[in-house]
Amino acid sequence: MSFWEYANPRKFIATADALLPWIAGLAAAALLTGLVWGFFFTPEDYRQGSTVKIIYLHVPAAMMAINAWAMMLVTSLVWLIRRHHVSALAAKAAAPIGVTFTLIALLTGAIWGQPMWGTWWAWDPRLTSFLILFLFYLGYMALWAAIEDPDTAADLTSVLCLVGSVFALLSRYAVNFWNQGLHQGASLSLDKEENVADVFYFPLLVAIAGFILLFVALVLMRTRTEIRARRLHAIEMRERLG
Amino acid sequence: MPELGKYAATVLSAYGVSLILLAGFVLLSMWQSRRIKRKLDDAEARRRNG
Repeated sequence: MSFWEYANPRKFIATADALLPWIAGLAAAALLTGLVWGFFFTPEDYRQGSTVKIIYLHVPAAMMAINAWAMMLVTSLVWLIRRHHVSALAAKAAAPIGVTFTLIALLTGAIWGQPMWGTWWAWDPRLTSFLILFLFYLGYMALWAAIEDPDTAADLTSVLCLVGSVFALLSRYAVNFWNQGLHQGASLSLDKEENVADVFYFPLLVAIAGFILLFVALVLMRTRTEIRARRLHAIEMRERLG
Repeated sequence: MPELGKYAATVLSAYGVSLILLAGFVLLSMWQSRRIKRKLDDAEARRRNG
């Protein structure tokens, strides 16, 4: 069986129908476990106090904000190269999820920053590139909404997605590119020395798994909705033409 | 409830905002999914019935 069979809308909907309850259930379980573990059963940090508990929301949301754009980049490229409609609709479906995660990352960062840095906001490289990523998400969604012909909308939004990928990349690596600004380095790293302490690390991993599973469940559900909306639009157009 | 000390408002507001956004978005996605499915089922039934 080829992977490209899932580019068939009927096959995609049947697969989404079968997988969605399991993935959504796992997402709820992982999110609940990670957040309850992190909020109720981890100690305060010796410098940050109880604000360290915000890490279980901020880090997974920020990771998924970037990864959602990466997923949109892949599906946009598939659309541009192979012209699979499901691929374009998956990118469209992922954008509102990505913008929600980006907003959570920005808001929790600001709420944490006020007592820790003494300011809600700073024009730091990572914060600024994240704000630009947020604006790219809004622009991407606005472009889909503004163009009536779905194929033209898919073409133009795919090009916008390629351009925005620069800022998604910068959001991820801004701390490494410019060794300045308020934002600290990555909380998770392959270098064990740089990682947060184990007592924070393990609940954080579970929370990240929850956010990833939630993203997959929402992409499946929203792509299925987009496929059905496209079919509904086609039927309504035919009815209008008589 | 854990002892959050002087940062209680900070931590609780971060969790409150995030959970409202997440729950709101999930509910909105489920509502849109059901609404479109119902409209599509109606349209396909109209089409079948001529």
